[in-house]
Order: sequence, then structure tokens, then C-alpha cells
Amino acid sequence: MKLIGLSGSQVGSKTRTAMNEAVKKVNEKYPGIETDIIDLAEYDMQFSDGRNYLDYEGDTGYVTKELMEADAIIIGMPIFQASLPGALKNVFDLLPVDAFRDKTVSMLITAGSAKHYLVADLQLKPILSYMKAQIVQTYVFIEEKDFHQKEIINTDVLDRLDRLAEDTVVLTQTFEQIRENQYDF
Amino acid sequence: MEKYRIHPENGLEFGIYTLGDHLPDPHTGERISAQERVHELIEYATLAEQAGLDFFSVGESHQEYFATQAHAVVLSAIAQATNKIKIGSSSTIISTSDPVRVYENFATVDLISKGRTEIVAGRASRIGLFDLLGYNVQDYEALYEEKFDLLRQINEQESVNWEGEFRASLKNARVLPRPVEGSLPIWRAVGGTPASAMKAGYAGVPMFMAHLGGSSDRFKQTIDAYRDAARAGGHDPAQLPVATAGFFYAAETTQQALKDLYPHINEGMKRTNGGGFPKQLFAQGAEPHNIMNTGSPQEIIEKILHQHEVFGHQRYVAQIDFGGMPMDKIRKNIELIGDTILPAVKKYTAKK
Repeated sequence: MKLIGLSGSQVGSKTRTAMNEAVKKVNEKYPGIETDIIDLAEYDMQFSDGRNYLDYEGDTGYVTKELMEADAIIIGMPIFQASLPGALKNVFDLLPVDAFRDKTVSMLITAGSAKHYLVADLQLKPILSYMKAQIVQTYVFIEEKDFHQKEIINTDVLDRLDRLAEDTVVLTQTFEQIRENQYDF
Repeated sequence: MEKYRIHPENGLEFGIYTLGDHLPDPHTGERISAQERVHELIEYATLAEQAGLDFFSVGESHQEYFATQAHAVVLSAIAQATNKIKIGSSSTIISTSDPVRVYENFATVDLISKGRTEIVAGRASRIGLFDLLGYNVQDYEALYEEKFDLLRQINEQESVNWEGEFRASLKNARVLPRPVEGSLPIWRAVGGTPASAMKAGYAGVPMFMAHLGGSSDRFKQTIDAYRDAARAGGHDPAQLPVATAGFFYAAETTQQALKDLYPHINEGMKRTNGGGFPKQLFAQGAEPHNIMNTGSPQEIIEKILHQHEVFGHQRYVAQIDFGGMPMDKIRKNIELIGDTILPAVKKYTAKK
């Protein structure tokens, strides 16, 4: 099983800090799982022009291929202008329509305030559903006040990230088993 | 229909197509050499002819895991190795070729085959060839439409006057040699969506519809849209042939067919298209109303007859060899077609 933590923004540190924490929890709890973090701030991504993802080169080709090969993806994103960051939406646009079929996707959201709590429900989940992801319904929403000097200081948030890591892995493994037993070819 | 060498009174035409893919056999992980693969395709065509099939075609793809980039050259070898089966492309990527050269090649193949050659012109599903051959992918649509129009004009007129954006003008140009009957059947490759089919309909061009799988009702909408568009464009749909093309695999039982075929399709599509084939959809492919023709010979006969009833199409083209299918299984399938499936299909679709 391969799990990718996709940190979906080119600016700021909160999403990356939370992603580090989430992936660390996966590694601690499930040492056999191959994990990797893709932080969009570290890659030079081109805009989608509609081609098959196998035809992109460089960073764009690398990121899309890594995501397509993953069994589970934790998506982290800040809220920009009451919505998801353009950098993250571009990643979705680069992938095929059913890119998340047979993949489990979970979410962690960072924000300046609680006022945008429903952005993930109203804007991110419909995209993931359309792309056929198995969604971990409960996401972790983390506010500015839960961070201090690039650390999460709220133990409740750490507990929630712990549950997110577990839910992501358990759901991925469960669906895989169900799929394997469903057909005898 | 006669213009396209189709005679519906003889029943539904049955053909075979290959994309010319060159993939490892997923059961063994082994891949034959390109030389072996090309010879396999020539043998495949001769077997199809011996089994009494109507049509055999070879595709053009300029990417890894394919061996028939020069598909017209492979077709000329097939023209020489066969005597009566109709041959063609599936498809020729007209967008990134010069229609004059394409026509010269296919008219020559037609002379070698003594009047058995057709062109199916498409626009490529992967776009690596735009870089390889020096075209801009931003012109994807415009290149296809302009070059397809020119190809048709060359086919219909011996002396061509033409001006366009992507090629030097032609002034009283004679494109030679001419095919045996003066022109070739030229089909438009369609990917299964109504929007794509309507473009073929408006232009009054035969439609070669490739599909992965799905219910016959869904594809009936595409075929209806094609015929409606043809009527709207001032053409008579009764004069325009429709071909459908998709996966085919026969075995003793449905279960055996699914088991044999699935790894080839799934692994092959992962390599060539970047995503596997979901097992759920593959299992549904065996349903009587699904246009993926997998199952026992009897089930496949019933499926093809059902499709013929729903679509009223003139040609069905089977893809058997995708994803490193070994030659012994291909032979076995052609044998089943020739001995059992083809006679039944002809018996029930020919007008007595």
C-alpha cells in the first residue's frame, strides 16, 4: 500500500506542518506502508492543457504519476478566497476524470478562522466524488490558533489527526479486501 | 452503401482490428520482439481471411508499447499476403500527416491488394506524436478537420485545388496513383460520444465507432445522433455505413473468458493509457446487453445479433489481440469465429 500526503498550496506553512504530522502518524502506526509527501510549494507545475497525464514531463509528470500510483491520498489545503487553492485545483485538472477510482482520499484543512469550515464539504468533496474517490467523510479542520512557530500546539488537533491517519489506512485496506473478494477473475 | 463496398444483403460484416500494440503478456511478463509482433500481425490477417472474415485493420500509434507506427507499410505486407479480405487502417492519424502522402500510400496499398483497401481517419487519443512529428497540440481539432477534408477531396477529385492553414496550397494537383476503383472508402473514426458522431453525420461520412464497453442503449444514442446529423446535413443515412469496434474474447465459458482476458486489458491499458480497467465494469461486459463481446461462442452470437438489431450497423470489428495476447489464443478465437460465430451471424443477418 502506498500513501501520499498532498500539501495543496504554494504559500504558507500551516498545511505542510499539519501534513507532516498526519504522515508521521501513519508511519508510526503502520510502519509497513510506503508514504511520501508531495508539497506543491516544492514543484514547478504547469497548467493542465487536457493531455493524458502520461504525456506531461518534469515536475508535472512526476506529481501526476505519483498520485495515480497511490492507493491512499491525504489532501491538505488552506482556504483561499473562500475556496480551494488554484494550485490544488490544477492538480485535479491534470488528472483523468476517474483518477481516484479505487483510491481512498481524506482531507485536512487549515484556515485563518472557523468561518470557512464548510468549504471542504461544499467545494472539495464534490470534486473528489466526481473523480470517484472513496472519501473519509470526517476531515480535520485546523485553525490559526492551533499553530505556534510551525508546530501544532492543540492536543485535540493531534488526536484528530491520529484518527484521520487510522481512518485513511483502515478504509483503504478494507476496500482493497472487498474488491479482491468480489470477482474471481 | 455500394460506394463504400458494403452489401447489407449479405449480412453483417465481421472484421478484426488491431491497434498494433506491442505489450508484454501479463501472464508471463514476456514481450516478443517488434519483428515477431509485426509478423504475428501479418499471420493474424491471413488467419482472419482463412476463417472467412470480411475485414482486417491495423492502427497507427506513435508511443511506447506500439509496433505499427508505419501502419501503411504493415498493411502493404498484409495486402500481399492475402487475396480477398478487405483491409484498412484503424485508425490513420490524419491530423499529423500530410493527406497527400497518406493517400499515395493507401492508393498504392489498394493497387497491391487489387481494390480491397480502406482508410479510417482519426485524431489520436494520446498526443506525444504532435511533438514527434512537429505539430502544435493546440491545433488538435483544426488539424484534424482540415486534413480530413483534404483527404476526402483528394479521394473524390483527381485534380485538386485546395487552400488551408496547415499545408501548402494545391493547384490543379493530381494525386497519384489512383486506387483501383478511382476512390477508396474513407471512414471517420469516432470515440463513442454523440458529439463526435454528429460531426461525422453532418459531413455525410461513414462512421467507425470504437468503444470500450457499456450498454447497447447508450451507444444507440450515439448512432441515432449520427444518423440524425446526417439527415440534417442533407445526407441519406441509409447510404452511410456504420461500423462498431471493441473488445472480443470467446472461451468455453464466460468465467473462463473473463479470467483469460482481464489481465491483458487491465495491464495493457495501464501501460498505454495510464489507468486500468475496473473489474466491476469488466464483469458487466459479459451482460447480454453490453457491447463488449466476451463470453462463450453462443453468448457472443446472441450479443452480436442483439447489437445488430439495436444499431442496424453494417460492420462489427473485433479487437482480440490487445495487451500481449499470445498467438495460440488468437488462433483459437479466430477458429471459434470461423467455425461457429460467423456462420450464425451471417445466417441471421443476411437478407434471404
